[in-house]
Amino acid sequence: MTTERIACAIIGSGNIGTDLLYKLMRSPALRPAWMVGIDEGSEGLRRARDLGVRTTAGGIDDLLPHIAADGVRIAFDATSAYAHAENARKLNALGVRVIDLTPAAVGPLCFPTINLEALAAQGADNVNMVSCAGQATVPVVKAVAQVQPVDYAEIVASLSSRSVGPGTRANLDEFTYTTSNALVQAGGARRGKAMSVINPADPPVIMRNTIYCVTDDAPDEARISDSVRAMVEQVQAYVPGYRLVNGPVFEDRRVAVYMEVAGAGDFLPRYAGNLDIMTAAATRTAEAFAHAMARQHEGATP
Amino acid sequence: MTRPRFHGGRVLLHDMCLRDGMHAKRDQITIDQMVQVATALDAAGVPLIQVTHGMGVGGNSLLHGFALHSNEAYLEAVVPRMTQAKVSVLLVPGIGTMKELESAYGCGARSVHVATLCTEADTAPQHIALARKLGMDTTGFLMMAHLAEPARLAREGRLMEAAGAQTIYITDSAGHMLPHEVTAAVQALRDTLQPDTEIGFHGHHNLGMGVANSIAAIEAGASRIDASVAGLGAGAGNTPLEVLAAVCDRMGIDTGVDLFALMDLAEDVIVPLMDQQVRVDRESLTLGYAGLYSTFLLPARKAARQFGVSTRDILVELGRMKVVGGQEDMIEDTALTLARRAAERGRTEAAR
Repeated sequence: MTTERIACAIIGSGNIGTDLLYKLMRSPALRPAWMVGIDEGSEGLRRARDLGVRTTAGGIDDLLPHIAADGVRIAFDATSAYAHAENARKLNALGVRVIDLTPAAVGPLCFPTINLEALAAQGADNVNMVSCAGQATVPVVKAVAQVQPVDYAEIVASLSSRSVGPGTRANLDEFTYTTSNALVQAGGARRGKAMSVINPADPPVIMRNTIYCVTDDAPDEARISDSVRAMVEQVQAYVPGYRLVNGPVFEDRRVAVYMEVAGAGDFLPRYAGNLDIMTAAATRTAEAFAHAMARQHEGATP
Repeated sequence: MTRPRFHGGRVLLHDMCLRDGMHAKRDQITIDQMVQVATALDAAGVPLIQVTHGMGVGGNSLLHGFALHSNEAYLEAVVPRMTQAKVSVLLVPGIGTMKELESAYGCGARSVHVATLCTEADTAPQHIALARKLGMDTTGFLMMAHLAEPARLAREGRLMEAAGAQTIYITDSAGHMLPHEVTAAVQALRDTLQPDTEIGFHGHHNLGMGVANSIAAIEAGASRIDASVAGLGAGAGNTPLEVLAAVCDRMGIDTGVDLFALMDLAEDVIVPLMDQQVRVDRESLTLGYAGLYSTFLLPARKAARQFGVSTRDILVELGRMKVVGGQEDMIEDTALTLARRAAERGRTEAAR
């Protein structure tokens, strides 16, 4: 059993990249080796340097020559959908696995409680973390769909205004389409619709999510309730602030589940559960990749 | 007699009873009813008529209810019957998308309100830009305007204008604003926006101020006013269009509409069509007083019945939580929480 932590690079030194930094510092399986930014004065790069992490403000091309020497095996892309394809191509060419936190959705959609084990075993070289609303709601749809067929899933994510960055704001429809698609592709519903609301209240409100599923036949209330509770516990294993507020509530064939996501308060404040669930899911994904790499390594060494 | 001052001398009335009115009808207006009302408005000279689901394009959902027909079906029935009126739609980014706006345009919609919460205008530029590219008469619609100071409203309006919006609306979704607040908001927009950008006002009547607020907006420089025949709309309804038309006429403000035809439409068609009287009552007054989204009225009544709590308690709690339009899911959630608390209290008292 190897105890060496896998070296990781964080591409992007904004809110998401910086929060990831703290989660990687805590991980038993991962080690932040590099943080890549484009602005020398960014808060994220300064914090990384203070923590002894190597940094560059010269963009991804400055990182590439150090990949082999520093043993970087996993990279997190926290830049933008526009930059992602090029970043992933360069990193994959050097054998680095990429975990994509942008809405680019080039690689397969990844949910820790749904398909992560399979993706890690396959050695997927680029996976997409979908969206905060997706990470918060798709597992609940899956929990219902595991019990009986779901014709339609609909979710509403309420986000505090301060936690929604300029990228999401300028591309709100992409957020909507990506999340709607994930309700179907990964959640297992036949049709899906995602909606989001940005709430400007001050002090900021904690992320709330409501999930509705319409089942084909009358819902099996006991089994659905058990399945949803079990799924919430699985997500709580890596997002401690993921909490069932009310439900499941049954009305005819409609199942309603009311959730709240509080952040861990690493770099981002607690209300930004939407950002926390993305960085927590990405860290969980990288840990599964690291374990798969370790197993592979053991298998190759008799 | 002194003449009132107003911008441009003419005010464009935009009827809401077939879109905001859908909230009051739980989105159950039939195609025949919609065509009947729209053709009467067209004949009465109303220049702009908004139709479709209460939450606009993309509004059909479990959360906001399913209308009797698709938005496309309503548009295709109404648009070809218009002789002079332009048909408009509502798009709330986060609920509707650009795909749905393109579809509405394909069915003949030629004007759009692109609506965001008044502090979140930067979620709308891609939708506003698309509407302009399609050649639509494009409005940036700043909802829940009572939540922001005039200077902030002006900054947000400027963002929408820069994205291409030709008109910026102060939207009193909660029916909470008072005339002097409307005056300050409209003046701030007028001072900040380009001279050829129009300003609009959309009122709700929850504090009985729909008409007074609309007149305050006109006097401060607004040239477009949303109103609804017989007030058919969310909460205590929108500014009643026929009342506003009569007041404008008395003030010498030209609206170009046929007042008596609108009075007849209100009395003979719209009022008989109402499921409940749309008026200021205990609950819609609570909305206006607490500053809550008018659309919460009927879902809050339903949740109150279902879970045995009071509608006003739900509304007050939602106000305390600072819930905004689009968060209708919080109504049932809050009713469940209040019912649970009441049951817990009951158990504690029984144990004593």
